[in-house]
Amino acid sequence: MLKQIEGSRAVAETIAACRPAVICAYPISPQTHIVEALDEIVRMGQIDDCEFVNVESEFSAMSVAIGASATGARAYTATASQGLLFMVEPVYNASGLGLPIVMTLANRAIGAPINIWNDHSDAMSQRDSGWIQLYAQDNQSAADLHILAFRLAEEISLPVMVCMDGFILTHAMEEIDIVDRDLVDKFLPPFVPRQVLDPADPVSIGAMVGPEAFTEVRYLAHVKQLQALELLPKLSKEFEEIFGRRAAGEHDADGLITKYFTDDAEIVLVALGSVLGTIKDVVDELRATGQKVGALGITSFRPFPLDAVHDALVDAKKVVVVERAFAPGIGGIVSSNIRTAITNIPCQIFTAVSGLGGRPITRELIRKIFASTVAGTMPALTFTDLNYDLIDREIERTNQNRRSGPMAENLLKDLGAK
Amino acid sequence: MSTPLKFYQVGSFAVGNRLLAEGQLSEQSHPDRTNSLTSGHRACQGCGEALGARYALDAAMAATDGKIVAVNATGCLEVFSTPYPETSWRLPWLHSLFGNAAAVATGVAAALRAQGKSDIRVIAQGGDGGTVDIGFGPLSGMFERNDDVLYICYDNEAYMNTGVQRSGATPPAARTNTTHAVGTNPGASFTQGKNLPVIAMAHGIPYVATATVADLHDLEAKVKKAMTYRGARYLHILVPCPLGWGSRSEETIQLARMATECGLFPVFEAEYGEVITTKKIRRQVPVEKYLKPQKRFAHLFGTNGHPELLQAIQAIADKNITKYQLLEADAQEQDTSKESSRG
Repeated sequence: MLKQIEGSRAVAETIAACRPAVICAYPISPQTHIVEALDEIVRMGQIDDCEFVNVESEFSAMSVAIGASATGARAYTATASQGLLFMVEPVYNASGLGLPIVMTLANRAIGAPINIWNDHSDAMSQRDSGWIQLYAQDNQSAADLHILAFRLAEEISLPVMVCMDGFILTHAMEEIDIVDRDLVDKFLPPFVPRQVLDPADPVSIGAMVGPEAFTEVRYLAHVKQLQALELLPKLSKEFEEIFGRRAAGEHDADGLITKYFTDDAEIVLVALGSVLGTIKDVVDELRATGQKVGALGITSFRPFPLDAVHDALVDAKKVVVVERAFAPGIGGIVSSNIRTAITNIPCQIFTAVSGLGGRPITRELIRKIFASTVAGTMPALTFTDLNYDLIDREIERTNQNRRSGPMAENLLKDLGAK
Repeated sequence: MSTPLKFYQVGSFAVGNRLLAEGQLSEQSHPDRTNSLTSGHRACQGCGEALGARYALDAAMAATDGKIVAVNATGCLEVFSTPYPETSWRLPWLHSLFGNAAAVATGVAAALRAQGKSDIRVIAQGGDGGTVDIGFGPLSGMFERNDDVLYICYDNEAYMNTGVQRSGATPPAARTNTTHAVGTNPGASFTQGKNLPVIAMAHGIPYVATATVADLHDLEAKVKKAMTYRGARYLHILVPCPLGWGSRSEETIQLARMATECGLFPVFEAEYGEVITTKKIRRQVPVEKYLKPQKRFAHLFGTNGHPELLQAIQAIADKNITKYQLLEADAQEQDTSKESSRG
């Protein structure tokens, strides 16, 4: 059913259609609207046999999900930013135990300085946690990817994180098709756990493993991710047959990546999440003037689709990765992964760190990135829209005064004085 | 039974199962006990925690017709019971992390509720570190929500699994590897302490009890009683640790008994935040008698000892004795009536 609806509400109603048995809730912006809506949905009795648990921290949110999942219940939670960091230990534990929990991550910056707005620092911090990470480019795909996530998680017994840009998607009102529960039932069968705590057939889960088998257990985590790489295209196809659209959104190629005019493009911008829409708009503009540009979206960041990315970029001359996070001390995170995929392709690769802490990535900015790439003035690593004057003045302050004070506050004072 | 039972007919304080009627035998004396934590594990000789866990879980299994799911915090109990690829657990058992046993148990309970399996009950267990320190937040959350979980803390009064470091449950003056017995204030400091049974009571949960491995009947009765409630329950069991306490393996039970008999470890139960029974001291001993066999308190004794610290510890025991009225004359009657209604 089509609804003019907030992204968070759309996700909540889609989660409800997936019939979770246990939902753990802890508030953190910009995720909170999702669990608020789910509380209402559960209280209205709109999910059969579902427990909604208000926990006292994100650490417990993931821990409750672990206990529920190990007991054979379909478990769901949602978080963002600091909340994800607070639950890191059980996040790793959930994937290590192979529990098919699904979690929405409403992407938000990590402090300090504290910042509630969007970027991908939170998700990127958990890229090696063993979870599958899917990135939504719009609210329809944010909703749909959750259905896919439950199915994928339960087929291979691994947890899945569905990443949607905080505020940009979670708080945006759009027309969304809220799925029919009967259709979801066709796609998503009841959860049959691979391991379950059952007094009739007692097993021990979570035993200590020493050097004799630890590597093998960890290697199997990698194997499962590779299985997901095989499975995602199949499930995406099946999803399309049932729901009549691609779960990963418009221009989705195979459930793993989104290709937009990449076939003959000389310059390709690569991105994750909602910024892809802006990039596609600019690609349309530039194509209209005859420029051979394109866009590549990564839906599945973990597992990383090396082959698909390679094939999409095989004819590109220049690749610019627009990243909403970075690794201080080296630069691009997504870029490093892209580089692994294209080692044998003779193209240049650039990193444009953009949109940190909610700074908008505008069409104008994307045009500039394309223009400087065409002109050959694009640095290997750049922070777009950077206020160099502001930075220089702070560096000057720190050089002049040993007790220069708190950095972030200095910058704010400086900006306020201008 | 017309004659009240007293479980000290023999000088050894042994329970005397031989003298009891069938219905009053301890679970441990039954040849068909579950052996929830079965033999072959890697616990030290004389480990109080291994005993406590088997006593408690076997009693819980008996009370629920074998329908228990156990969640374990990281710690000695977890490590010694599951040396890869073996396990000593004869019940469904999940270990997740050090600090999240209570929350994981909440998840198990929520799942069972969603599945309509109200007959299956959940026990979370951990040591004192996993309970009073790193797992305290999730435990308090579990209490506050009144989740249907029995949480059992096996308190050996320090981080023993990592090699004997101080926890929030380490008693004053005790020597650990992070409270060395040197300087003017040797051993753990005299702080406010973190009395988790009392903190649990402050949450107003249905049932809170303390017990020791020295009194099998009392421990089993409390576990069985705990299983008659729905909601959050807390059982705090004192389990001496020969390694960490520097005591002889064969002294585990004796030390646990003396901890109670000197007043340092009051044994009681509480319902909805109010104490309902206390186990009275039968033969009071000075704290010295309890502390002296333990090397962790060795620095308090001898020519370079600290009589003033011993005095301060005795004051703690005396305060407990007053607070919980541990010396009341009608003590045994109350205690035994509870025992005989147990089964």
